[in-house]
Amino acid sequence: MIEISLDTSSSRLMNPSTTRWFQSPQTSIVNLAAVFIWSFVSFFIAQHAIALQDDRSSPPASFRNVVRQVQAKMVKIVGGGGVRGWEPYQSGFCISEDGYVLTSWSYVLEAEVVSVTLDDGQKYDGKLVGYDPQLEIAVLKIDTNGLSHFKLDSAVPARPGSRVLAFSNLYGVATGNDPVSVQSGVVSAITKLASRRGAFSTAFTGDVYLVDAITNNPGATGGVVCDRKGRLVGMIGKEFVDAKLDTWLNFAIPIDALINSVSEIRNGSMVVQDRSQTRKPSEPMTLNLLGIVLVPDVVDRTPPFVDRVVPGSLADKVGLRLDDLIISIDGQLCSNIKALEQQLEYVDRDAKMKLSVRRGREFVEVTINPTATSSN
Amino acid sequence: MDSQNTSRSLDLDPIHLNHPTDLRALVWEGNQFLSLENLKCEPWAVRHRTFAEARPLPRHGLFAQVQQLIRPGAIVWQLVFSLFLSVACTANGQEALSPALKNSEQQRIDAVARAVPSAVSIFGPGGNGGGSGVVISADGFAVTNFHVIQSCKEFMKCSMADGNLYDAVIVGIDPTGDVALIKLLGRDDFPAAKLADSDSVQPGDACFAVGNPFLLATNFQPTVSYGIVSGTHRYQYPSGTILEYTDCIQTDAAINPGNSGGPLFNALGELIGINGRGSFEKRGRVNVGVGYAISSNQVKLFLSHLKSGRLVDHATAGFTVATDGEGDVRIDGILESSQVYRRGVREDDLLVEFAGREIKSVNQFKNVLGIFPKGWRAPVTFRRDGNLTTVYLRLQGVHAAEELVGVVSGNKNRPTMPPKKDPNDPPGGPEPKSESVDAKPIVTAPAGFEDMHESQPGFANYHFNRLNRDRVWSQFRSQCDFSAQTLSWRIVGKDQNGKSISIVLGDTKSGLKTDDDAWVLDMAEDLMPQMQSDGPAHLLLSLHMWRKLLILGPDKFGQTIYWGSVPARNAEPVDLLIATRDIIESNLLFNSRSGLLHGLEVFLDADRDPCEITFEEYQSVEELNFPRKLTVRTSGIDLKTFTIDRIEFLDKSPADKESVE
Repeated sequence: MIEISLDTSSSRLMNPSTTRWFQSPQTSIVNLAAVFIWSFVSFFIAQHAIALQDDRSSPPASFRNVVRQVQAKMVKIVGGGGVRGWEPYQSGFCISEDGYVLTSWSYVLEAEVVSVTLDDGQKYDGKLVGYDPQLEIAVLKIDTNGLSHFKLDSAVPARPGSRVLAFSNLYGVATGNDPVSVQSGVVSAITKLASRRGAFSTAFTGDVYLVDAITNNPGATGGVVCDRKGRLVGMIGKEFVDAKLDTWLNFAIPIDALINSVSEIRNGSMVVQDRSQTRKPSEPMTLNLLGIVLVPDVVDRTPPFVDRVVPGSLADKVGLRLDDLIISIDGQLCSNIKALEQQLEYVDRDAKMKLSVRRGREFVEVTINPTATSSN
Repeated sequence: MDSQNTSRSLDLDPIHLNHPTDLRALVWEGNQFLSLENLKCEPWAVRHRTFAEARPLPRHGLFAQVQQLIRPGAIVWQLVFSLFLSVACTANGQEALSPALKNSEQQRIDAVARAVPSAVSIFGPGGNGGGSGVVISADGFAVTNFHVIQSCKEFMKCSMADGNLYDAVIVGIDPTGDVALIKLLGRDDFPAAKLADSDSVQPGDACFAVGNPFLLATNFQPTVSYGIVSGTHRYQYPSGTILEYTDCIQTDAAINPGNSGGPLFNALGELIGINGRGSFEKRGRVNVGVGYAISSNQVKLFLSHLKSGRLVDHATAGFTVATDGEGDVRIDGILESSQVYRRGVREDDLLVEFAGREIKSVNQFKNVLGIFPKGWRAPVTFRRDGNLTTVYLRLQGVHAAEELVGVVSGNKNRPTMPPKKDPNDPPGGPEPKSESVDAKPIVTAPAGFEDMHESQPGFANYHFNRLNRDRVWSQFRSQCDFSAQTLSWRIVGKDQNGKSISIVLGDTKSGLKTDDDAWVLDMAEDLMPQMQSDGPAHLLLSLHMWRKLLILGPDKFGQTIYWGSVPARNAEPVDLLIATRDIIESNLLFNSRSGLLHGLEVFLDADRDPCEITFEEYQSVEELNFPRKLTVRTSGIDLKTFTIDRIEFLDKSPADKESVE
């Protein structure tokens, strides 16, 4: 009963049998009965609600405890960046007792040494286990045990109107054993983001929670959004400017959308490959040969968006288009233009090549066969 | 609409970015928020209200069913239905809203009602700049940010929620901590905020800011913005200026330009901080959910110093620290001229505790150090080879006096608003137009308050220094009036070993005689050579100064200023007066409660330890209140305590060796 009364959208009351029961009787007697039954039900709910609510008026300490317990699961990550307004820090959270940390995939993790500082100030080197550029997440491993952590599979959903808490090390304000910052807010909407190219964009294409608190600040990415009981709801995304509104939005990615990818990363299927031992071909593939012009590499880590496709080129023949985002080459992830150019150096210009591309919200795979094309 | 989604999908139209208002209302309970979801009864109440007000009903859901149900006999059934409901609501409606909910809502309303009257909106001259402030005592003292009053003259106009515009005068400034004290004039019964213990604040606690964001309070009504405490004991680096926020409170309550200097209250409406800074970066000068407030505990420590009318400086310890590989905090640099060095502390010693707070990180040390004013005294504990040592330090200032004057007068190092890129802008209202001292309009004191401001170099308002100095002195003099005892003084007593000692203090010569030896200090001769020699010269000089002060009073003694309240070693807090006579600087410590002179510290130069004398056990001797016990540090001879048996006032004024004998 209480559950029903709580659900303002109330669709659960509309189960077919109930509906039929309400609609069928034409006699006023039944009508009257229904009215009285409903009145009593309401009365009962009201009475019950008081009792329940009294039980819930917990002492002030409990909310502080919720905050404290979540803070204990958070980590501060320091790595690459630090030039031209690229903050060298971000947030993350422990997802296992034995040292797995989930965070955002970003330039911060591309540093030689990525340091992970726990809530208690203990500092570790974080090893990159793997990352998923489509979801923009990465998993780090630190060499320790007995961590306070979130269980991803016990994350809870939120809906518009849900009141949430956000935890992150925004602006890198916490150092050492300082606890991370906490903010309060409301989920304003569940929606998809209108991303644009370049800085302050996101590759994530699924539904996100828009939050009214200003959560997506520098360094906040990789933080968590929880409900008021400290249960995991989502991961705070990157600083983001909406392409249509040209305004800053604050969002978190629902944990549900990340679970599969995280376990794949942990199982080693999305590992970071070390290709330093691989021999490069003497005549590698180039963007020129493909007929692809990428967007200008103006900022560090510019995502490889296609700016122009040369008509009649290899790329044109497989249907690549303006605004396609190249995700991987032969299964090798390339999160930015520089990485893409490096990957191409390992591809022979005469070999077949598989490209994964994000086009709007779709993922497209194309195979480029240089020899077949030239014979045409 | 997106059918895949259980929730409403959002076309990114700005109109839709508002909160679903029915669930937005927050209720706080004790120190925490409860949501309407948790309280459960509210949606029920909302439904019935909606029904009773006969608003357009939804096409689906409960109401639609009920509506369909009652359509046949519309009027009659609606009447019956609403009658029954209204009975149910009247009988249980109040309870249905729940006493706890109503109570918590009422608590929040009360807290805001309690807090808002003490808030002050400050408007700069000619509409340039401005900000917020908060009254902290009924006599009108109000705290604000230094950067808020920077564009103001000595007098300014402040509005309060009572609808009145008050004149206010600048009292004291702490440019480093970005704090200024002003005094609202014309009443002695101002509504004042209660200062809470900011160390008891914890992340997640409800809090709210009251102030004048974007200078909106032109109707005299301040803005209230609710939020939670995001972090405590935060350290914010100086941002290209000398401004440094230490041990501050971080909040997500909206802090915007103009909120600067305004109060941050806890859920009970007690003052926990002074909002002064935000992290702004790429998004322009508006709130990004990260505001910082100077802790109320720091304000408490600085309050008496600000009331001294001075340009107040922050404290430095004479050493710097760094974290070593093991995470221990060690001294990595130490000033050889510092007191801490003279106490034997060296590089690599471990810092364990500072002013009673355990130190575990560099930021923590900066936090703890940053909340104390120059001249503060604090015990500091170090560890070397496993052994703990505690030394008691008199903390020096961070800046040279001229540096502070420069900052305040705006000639150099003026803490202007840094450019947008700076992450730590003070949100100080619209930026005051750049102006030099010369460009400031001539002071026009409001009628009747002309004597409330007095200019003097190094002071924000010398009037308040004189006021406090005279207060401290008159409280002492009402108990110990020695102004008539201009003859030489002979004091006879015993040292800690019971050996007799006699001291004669005269206008030019002073002497000290034990059973075995005797020393004389001649003020008419060059002082420094006498000080280099062995013997109790420093002690005799101190006692000479003491007699002179007691006879002459601070005005004639030399240049005497009121410093503020500081802790005394093993004793109650003291009011500190600093007196300079000739070139000798003396610290005079008056017990804040009794008003009696508790201690005297006489410095030969800043880099040497002073001679410290503590005066205790005041007793009436020949109808004069006189200390019976003196405790001495740095005496030059084996004199630690001196118990006075009798005091005589000699006819023969020149005190020399003969007269001692």
